[in-house]
Amino acid sequence: MRHHLILRVITKLLVGTIFLFALYVQFHGDYSPGGGFQAGVIMAAGFIIYGLVFTLDKAQQVFPPWLVHKLIALGVLLYAGTGIYSLFAGYAYLDYAALDPHHPEHGQHYGILIVELGVGITVTAVMVAVYYAFASRAPILSDEDW
Amino acid sequence: MATQEVHHVALTLTDHLPILEVLVPFVAAPLVVVLGSRRLAWPIAFAASAISFVIACLLLLQVLDGSYISYHIGGWAPPLGIEYRVDAANAFVLFLVSGISTLILPYARASFEAEIPRRSTTLLYALYLLCLTGLLGVVITGDAFNVFVFLEISSLSTYVLIAQGLHRDKRALTAAYNYLIMGTIGATFFVIGIGFLYMATGTLNMADLADRIAVQSDSRTIRAAFAFIVVGVGLKVAIYPLHLWLPNAYTFAPSAITAFLAGTATKVAIYVLLRFMFSVFQPEFIAQVPTLEVIILPFALLAMFGASLTAIFQRDLKRMLAYSSIAQIGYMLLGIAFFSQAGLMATMIQLFNHGITKAALFMGVGAFVLRAGGSFYHHLYGLGKSMPWTSAAMVIAGISLIGVPGTAGFISKWLLVQAALDAGWWPIAILIVASSLLAVIYVWRMIEALYLTETSAELPARQAPLSMVVPLWIMALACIYFGFDSDLTLSASRTAAEGLLAGSMGME
Amino acid sequence: MDSGTLDFIVGHLNYWLFILLMMTGLYIVVAKGNLVKKIVGLNIFQTSVFMLYISIGKVTGGTAPIFPLDMKVDPDVVYSNPLPHVLILTAIVVGIATTSLGLALIIRIREEYHTIEEDQIAEVENAVLKSEQWASEQAAGEHS
Repeated sequence: MRHHLILRVITKLLVGTIFLFALYVQFHGDYSPGGGFQAGVIMAAGFIIYGLVFTLDKAQQVFPPWLVHKLIALGVLLYAGTGIYSLFAGYAYLDYAALDPHHPEHGQHYGILIVELGVGITVTAVMVAVYYAFASRAPILSDEDW
Repeated sequence: MATQEVHHVALTLTDHLPILEVLVPFVAAPLVVVLGSRRLAWPIAFAASAISFVIACLLLLQVLDGSYISYHIGGWAPPLGIEYRVDAANAFVLFLVSGISTLILPYARASFEAEIPRRSTTLLYALYLLCLTGLLGVVITGDAFNVFVFLEISSLSTYVLIAQGLHRDKRALTAAYNYLIMGTIGATFFVIGIGFLYMATGTLNMADLADRIAVQSDSRTIRAAFAFIVVGVGLKVAIYPLHLWLPNAYTFAPSAITAFLAGTATKVAIYVLLRFMFSVFQPEFIAQVPTLEVIILPFALLAMFGASLTAIFQRDLKRMLAYSSIAQIGYMLLGIAFFSQAGLMATMIQLFNHGITKAALFMGVGAFVLRAGGSFYHHLYGLGKSMPWTSAAMVIAGISLIGVPGTAGFISKWLLVQAALDAGWWPIAILIVASSLLAVIYVWRMIEALYLTETSAELPARQAPLSMVVPLWIMALACIYFGFDSDLTLSASRTAAEGLLAGSMGME
Repeated sequence: MDSGTLDFIVGHLNYWLFILLMMTGLYIVVAKGNLVKKIVGLNIFQTSVFMLYISIGKVTGGTAPIFPLDMKVDPDVVYSNPLPHVLILTAIVVGIATTSLGLALIIRIREEYHTIEEDQIAEVENAVLKSEQWASEQAAGEHS
């Protein structure tokens, strides 16, 4: 892709915007359409377009595969951990009121933010992992043989 | 939620048992991945499985008297929130699933080491835990859509686990692929059914669904939902004509995985079938009797004979046992088809007894594969001498599979015959006995290969490692134990059958 | 065609489309021998169910179910039912997992079998089966 100047410049401009938009969708998700799933996919799309234009190696320098694998699990742990915290606080599993017992509705806010962050991290990592897994496999046939 | 300070009674650990049952293996799975340590993976997996087994025991003891426990996720009361509901029927299945899993893990360690490259074992334990989570979740949840979610968690991890058999035989890949296609179609049918139920009733909580279906009694939407759910779950159960994924999947999966799946996955699917047919749809539901008589009964009989006959002509012990599983599922379906308390009781107890019997048999196969290099009958020649302990345990589990008195298999066959006689269907009682004779033939072929064929001497197979033989023997002894002391299994399955047949009343 | 029938057909448009999509998907899964095409069929099949769920969440005249920031909800405003969408969000995630797993399996199958056509895979597998049978007959012959 060395010669595609336009693609490279546009991508460089876009990637940052995509990440910002992902963060907006992520953290504004409790008031408007959005949330972890959507934000995660948008975030992953940023990495994937970077990988497509600047080659896989460059993308893996930014977001190494081992980190991707850990983040998949870490997001789930963040989600489950919120539930476990409320469990230990004497509330039902994932009862967000436990996060702020005096103002349950504040607790709801914190709860949904943390949980959605967990979802976002996992979805981002999973989508990138899927891309890495497929893209990093060397084709057994060259392009002409198809 | 009120704006003022809310009165809150702190829950104790005992109150949390239903969620912890699923949560412990669920949290353990990502933990294994995050730690990424090959040494820690197995201890974590085993600890998680053992903890959920202890919890399952505690839950079973609490609900044996016919009561139930309801747990509200996130503190949202049903029918709005997701509810975990434990009664005798599902506590019994939880006990079976977590028990088998806990016994298989020590066994799996040596088996995985031999069959799977070391770099993938860490992730394999994570997947195993996810599969366990899914199976436990399917059983414990009281929310119809939640069943689908957990079903897919367990199915997706199962596909990967089966595909791991590719290091021994590349056909594991196609087996996993075919199961993926069939399983996804089944699960999607199931979701369509749930969607129709939601359209007709506007609720997803099982107890609430039961009430609303009872009031509406009958409509085309509900009947369509019934059909979709029965077919969808039927694919997972491997009801006879929908069983095509099963033989290859069981044959080519890694040995420990086959033992785990054979003992749990189809049993859980049977439980879902029972739960939906009798708890969500009432026993009085109009499509019930025709479905049982025209579809379940003939296919159950076909499975008993067709699959048994196929099993007789197999050359591979593992594949033979897979076909025998389909035949044994036929017995469970037969119990359902009697549509009586005795019949359902027989189904529940056959579900349990066959679970432990088949797990023991497949564990033995894994030991043979490890030492003799394969599970074809010609690999087994003379192993009765060189692997006496494994072979003896296989014989015990084999006679339990036939249903010889003094084994667990006998109890379930006996109850099944009794249920047939109670219903006045004596020809079917004869057929049950006749198909057991087919089981004698295929089990005999195994015994013949193990003990009665001269070994060609150049095969001095060693004993299997102790970590495999001990769990195998515990499982084999369980087959005997539950054949003599059937108090626990009988009372659990009786309470379960009563609860199921009471329809929506049983859920209140 | 009287107006009643026409109403029935038009009023159930989403169901007709659902059935059409569902049958298309199922047909592809059953009839095509190419493993990738089967996955495509499976996707269409699953998408039809997503469409069914999403379409039943629509309430005539209903708007997006988002409360205003100050939480002063106008009782006259009709909201669409958000629950089916939430359910289907989960089902979509499951669908993605299934698809990527299926494709991953296909890649591995291609590496092992050098084909993704079902009948060619069956040929390879039958050959393996034959050799296994031969081996076991051979072994049985030695012992009888």
